[in-house]
Amino acid sequence: MALLKIRNLTVEFDTAQGPFRAVDGIDVEVEEREVLAIVGESGSGKSVSMLAVMGLLPPTATITADEMTYDGRDMLKMSGRERRQIIGREISMIFQEPISSLNPSFTCGYQIEEVLERHLGLKGKAARKRALELFESVGIPDPARRLKSYPHQLSGGQCQRVMIAMAIACKPRLLIADEPTTALDVTIQKQILDLLMKLQEEYGMGLIMITHDMGVVAETADRVSVQYKGRKMEEADVLSLFENPQHPYTRALLAALPENATGDRLLTVADGWEGVQ
Amino acid sequence: MSVILEGRNLTRDYVVSGGFLRGAKTVRALHGISFALEQGKTLAIVGESGCGKSTLARILTLIDPANTGELLIEGKPIDIREQKVTPELRAKVQIVFQNPYSSLNPRQKVGDVLTEPLIINTDVPAAERRERAEAMLQKVGLERQHYNRYPHMFSGGQRQRIAIARALMLNPKILVLDEPVSALDLSVQAQVLNLLKDLQDEFDLTYVFVSHDLSVVRYFADEVMVMNAGEVVEHASRDAIFANPQHEYTRTLLAATPIADVEKIRERVERRKALFEKA
Repeated sequence: MALLKIRNLTVEFDTAQGPFRAVDGIDVEVEEREVLAIVGESGSGKSVSMLAVMGLLPPTATITADEMTYDGRDMLKMSGRERRQIIGREISMIFQEPISSLNPSFTCGYQIEEVLERHLGLKGKAARKRALELFESVGIPDPARRLKSYPHQLSGGQCQRVMIAMAIACKPRLLIADEPTTALDVTIQKQILDLLMKLQEEYGMGLIMITHDMGVVAETADRVSVQYKGRKMEEADVLSLFENPQHPYTRALLAALPENATGDRLLTVADGWEGVQ
Repeated sequence: MSVILEGRNLTRDYVVSGGFLRGAKTVRALHGISFALEQGKTLAIVGESGCGKSTLARILTLIDPANTGELLIEGKPIDIREQKVTPELRAKVQIVFQNPYSSLNPRQKVGDVLTEPLIINTDVPAAERRERAEAMLQKVGLERQHYNRYPHMFSGGQRQRIAIARALMLNPKILVLDEPVSALDLSVQAQVLNLLKDLQDEFDLTYVFVSHDLSVVRYFADEVMVMNAGEVVEHASRDAIFANPQHEYTRTLLAATPIADVEKIRERVERRKALFEKA
C-alpha cells in the first residue's frame, strides 16, 4: 500500500483577479523506502501541492482532491487534532532557506527539544540527551556546544543539518524536502544530499524531494514526476526519464542543461516545446 | 590578441567593526590576485560563498578600490583612490548583478533605467537616448513598447535582460557578470546564456563571468579561475580545468557538482536495489 496517495489534487488561490489555479489535477503516490523527486520550474506548483498535504497553505487557498490518504487513513476527513498527530511526527518537512526556517530568538537546542516534547513527551534530561544524539547523527561538529547556539551563529549548511535533525526527531515515515540544497554551496549541497540519502536508507523512509535541479534528481531519485504550470507532464523511474524522456517538455528541460549543450547554443524550452503547448 | 583587463597582485581588506570593548578587525578578502584577460574572451571566476569572487567583481567594475596591487584596463593602470572615475572609464566596464529582482529600482520605468547611464556619462540628446534605449531593448529580445513599463511587470528572465541592456547602454568593452543566471529557472537560464553569447559576438565583448555553477561555466567560459578563501588556487583553460584539474580544491568542487549522467544513475539505482532487497 502506498504511504501517501493523492488523486486529482487541485489548489486554487483567491486573488484580486479572481481564482488562480496553482495546482491542477496532480496525482502523487509514494511508497515506503522510495525517493520521489518532483521537478519543475518556478510556478509549476511543486511546493504548493506538498504544502497542501502539510496543511501549511494560507486560508486563501482552496484545496480539493478526490483522494488524499496517508497510510490508508483519509486526510481529507481528519480533524485538525488528528492531523497534527501525524504532521511533524510521521510526516515532516524541511524547507529551502535553512536560516529563515529556524526561529532566531531561541537556541537550536531549545527548538529541537520543543519537537521532542510536543510529539514524544520527552522532557528535561531525556530530551537533551536525545537532542544530542540527533545532532550527532546529522553530523554537526561539537554537538554539545551547538545545542546552545543561536541560528545566526551557524552557517547555512549547519542550519540545514539542524532542520534535518528536527525533521527526523520522531523517525518520520515520510520526509518532504522542499529544495533542501538550493541556498547552499555545491560542496555543502553534496554533504546534505549524502546525509539525506543515508538517513533515508537507514530509516527506510519515504522521501519526496522537491527540486528544480536535474542534477539533484539524478543523484537522489528512484522515481520522478515532472510538473509544469500546475500539471504533471510525465512520471517515470529515474533511469527511463533520463535515458528516454517521453514528454516534449521533459526533453526540452534536459536539452536546456548546460552539460547537454551541443555546439555553441543551448536549446531552450521555448525552442523545443512551445508548439506542443 | 591584446590583453584588455589585467590584475596584478590585487588585495582587498574589509574592516569588521568589533563589539563592545573589542577592537575592530580586518579581514583580508583577497590575497593577491593576478590575471590577464584577452579581448573577446570569457574568464570564469568560480568559488563558493565567501571566497572573494564578488569582491573581485566589484574591484574590476571600479565600484570598490583594491587596497594594494594594480588594475590595468587596456594597459593603463587605474587607481580609483587616486583618480576620479571618468565617464570614459565608466563606459569601459559595466556589471550585471545576480538578482534582477533587487538590482532594478521598482519605481523607475524601464526607459529611465536604460537612459540613466547616458544622462550621467554622456551628453546625448533626449530623443537619441530614447532611440538608443528602444533599440537596445530589441537587441536583448524585448520590445520597443516595454520602454514605459515598470520592472514588476516583467518575469525574472526579462528583468535580467533589462539589466543586461542597461549594462550595454554605454557600449562597454568589458562586462562583469556576477552570477547572472543563478536566480533564473533552467529554461530561462538557457535563453539568457544564449543571449549573452550572441551579444559577445556582436559587440566583441570581454566577459568576466562570476559563478558557482560549474556546469554553466563549462558551457560558457574560455578560461577558468578557481578561488578559495581569497586566493586563486587554479587558473587554466576551460578544457584543462575540466579534463585534468590540478588542485585538490578544484577536484572537490568538480566531484560535488551533481551531473545527470545515465551511467552514474544506473549504478546508483542498482546499488539501492541491492540494499533494499537485503533488508
